[in-house]
Amino acid sequence: MTLNLTRRRLIKLGGAAALAQSAPRLSFAQSKSRVIRAVMHTALRVTDPLVVPAWTTRNHGYNIYDTLFSMDSKLNYKPQMVETFNVSSDGLTYTFHLRTGLMFHDGAPVTTEDVIASLKRWGSRDPMGISLMAATGELAAVDERTFRLVLKRPFGHVLAALGKPSSAVPFIMPARIAATPPSQQITEYVGSGPFRFVASEFKPGIKAVYDRNPDYVARQEAPDGLAGGKVVKVDRYEWIYISDFQTSLNALVNNEVDYFENPTHEMIPNAEKLGVKLFDYNPAGFSGYCRPNWLSPLIAKQEIRQAILHAVNQRDWLDAQIGDPKYYRSSSAMFVPDMPYGTEAGWNTKADVAAAKALLTKGGYKGEPITLLQVADTPIISPLVDVTAQALRQIGMNVKLVTLDWLSVLARRTKQESGEQGGWDLMHATQAAVDIFNPIINAHVMTVGKTGPFGWPEDEPLLDLRQSFIDETDSTKQKAIAETIQKRAYEVVTHIPTGMFRQPAMHRPNLSGFIPALVPVFWNVEKT
Amino acid sequence: MVRFLFRRLLSIIPVLAIVSIIVFLALRLGPGDPAAILAGDSATPEMVAAMRAHLGLDQSLPQQFLHWVVQIAHGDLGRSITSNQPVTTLVASRLQPTLALAIATIIFSILVATPLGVLAAWRRGTWVDNLASGGAVIGFALPAFVTGYLLVFVFALKLQWLPVQGFVPLSEGFWPFGRHLVLPTLTLSTIYIALITRVTRASMLEILGEDFVRTARAKGLPERVVLFRHALGNSAIPILSVIGIGIALLLGGVVVTESVFSIPGLGRLTVEAVVARDYPVVQGIIILFSGVYVLINLAVDISYAIFDPRISY
Repeated sequence: MTLNLTRRRLIKLGGAAALAQSAPRLSFAQSKSRVIRAVMHTALRVTDPLVVPAWTTRNHGYNIYDTLFSMDSKLNYKPQMVETFNVSSDGLTYTFHLRTGLMFHDGAPVTTEDVIASLKRWGSRDPMGISLMAATGELAAVDERTFRLVLKRPFGHVLAALGKPSSAVPFIMPARIAATPPSQQITEYVGSGPFRFVASEFKPGIKAVYDRNPDYVARQEAPDGLAGGKVVKVDRYEWIYISDFQTSLNALVNNEVDYFENPTHEMIPNAEKLGVKLFDYNPAGFSGYCRPNWLSPLIAKQEIRQAILHAVNQRDWLDAQIGDPKYYRSSSAMFVPDMPYGTEAGWNTKADVAAAKALLTKGGYKGEPITLLQVADTPIISPLVDVTAQALRQIGMNVKLVTLDWLSVLARRTKQESGEQGGWDLMHATQAAVDIFNPIINAHVMTVGKTGPFGWPEDEPLLDLRQSFIDETDSTKQKAIAETIQKRAYEVVTHIPTGMFRQPAMHRPNLSGFIPALVPVFWNVEKT
Repeated sequence: MVRFLFRRLLSIIPVLAIVSIIVFLALRLGPGDPAAILAGDSATPEMVAAMRAHLGLDQSLPQQFLHWVVQIAHGDLGRSITSNQPVTTLVASRLQPTLALAIATIIFSILVATPLGVLAAWRRGTWVDNLASGGAVIGFALPAFVTGYLLVFVFALKLQWLPVQGFVPLSEGFWPFGRHLVLPTLTLSTIYIALITRVTRASMLEILGEDFVRTARAKGLPERVVLFRHALGNSAIPILSVIGIGIALLLGGVVVTESVFSIPGLGRLTVEAVVARDYPVVQGIIILFSGVYVLINLAVDISYAIFDPRISY
């Protein structure tokens, strides 16, 4: 007799055993503490939200900093630190007036000098910030609470830029800290947000601690997405990192932690039976993508890229990656379905093997190897690569898989050579909807070639369209341009979206008040 | 003895020098680029190059190595690429969990395995021997993550006696400190108990057949004295050797246990640093571990002389 004990089996055993416990155990002992202990998807190590524009630094930023504008649940940009603002009739001059009572954690009031310094630092690095600053003629303080932004040409996304919800977010920090060059990490963590960072208890890679900021003056409106009143209802929020998924779930069940941000989808059914609650903090979801390396001689041919587009059925990717249709959605919308620029134009998400084969022939394909980067340690990505490899083999391509850990993939993808020359031809990754929902922030359609983001697509018409979108101030016309951009992006195949999926978080039943806000936030959350 | 100690301590220098060169080259020549990792998804080649320059990774390998050696010579292990914290601070913050787990494991393993090995040898061929030998085989065969999950399942999830994960420093009280150490210690001890039990049994079997043991028994000495003073004392050398090797291996063995129980120790720090290509942290830890290995071997050599008067240096 052999003991066939896999991790999956252990999960089931754990679930079954815990179900066998008595009812009081299923309801969990309740902690009286006003401390939330949350296991997040990764540890906080870097604390500068601009130097490393990762989700972790963004989430850290939302705890301790505040923003001028914030996106609500209906995707509107609402004033946050700003009390009032007005726009001149020609749409070129914006005047902003800050709220009263805004104060940094060191007791200093937030002034327009701090705002301007923070925006300049952000605007020198973030793509949307760079676009805004390129259109800006003057950014100046009128007084301590009023500042003016004068555009030298129309820019239809000023509020969208100032309220940009994800990496890199234009957080406001004291001017002396914002004076740090954007290539260097800040060393002081003073914001004006609803939580204070407890630097003395920060253990990189293990734990970050945030205390409620008692001096924070929340907006009067109810919380709505990232907008509205950020009222903190606990004393402390501890962000901890447990590298093992099963240990995280066990700790949640055993009342050692209160929140688990990224359980695997296969854990969900058993966890629900144990009384764990699910919360979808990011209703817009996440998306995978397949990115071709345009600088590879093979991939440089448009017919080959189009053949790859037509080789795969998007639903196959989603079935392999997520499995349960409850958590995924097939969509060709590059700028995210149900968001302002979401459209299904340009691709029907279905495979057309005959067309793909014909395109290969037309592209003069002669069996050259195509190198896919396989990710060994990231279960949310690796199934995508397997599906792509099989689909490409099915249309007759000579697929070569190079298996690496995720961080090696990040390094290898910076190489502009083809797979045969030590670089790559195709790779997969995932991204949050909030990072791709318009053509300015969506790096895939930034088609400047060798000097642009990895993949290095080069397409003049797409660049012109993107610039038209940036300049356009009419929202109806913006949508039309976004649709044209998407059609063109599918025509030249900048990348291929592999479909949307949701990633519910888990929490204990004694936590309530979570706000769906595109990013995980902990204001308004109560612990009983 | 003093000359011996001095000579052995001096040997740390070439060991560290060789290790540092190997580690430095292995990290730099392996795949991965911390600058690309830090720069993010939408980074342009220019941004990645700027990050590389900021981290000093655009310099030639000899320049980088020289810079690092000069730093070490000044007692500075450098700063973490990711967190920007001094490596010494990071290592110091992770030392207590690893030390606590390692010491608890070694003590528990010796306390359980030595009498068990003696008992198995004394009762050779009986059910006691079979049980100890069979247990040792299982102890060797079970990977730490399986043992760990099984213990968590029984003692944390089912009986709810012990925590699933984490570490509480001793400064917060002995009870929470001890409770958090129980399951990781049991997990990590399994293989060491198996190892020490087998070596003790084999060594004892050899010694129990010697004339001096027969003489001791013939003199009418109590069996306890024969076993633990005469036989075990003379079996000590191989047991000490295996304990020494065990302690050295333990530093690597804690990695899995620290991951399963989410203990913020040096093992996890090493894995995190390797994964993130945090060169200064990996280099610092390896240098530290190398020094510790040399010192452990030295301690074992010294202990030989204590247990066996025939050995002198």
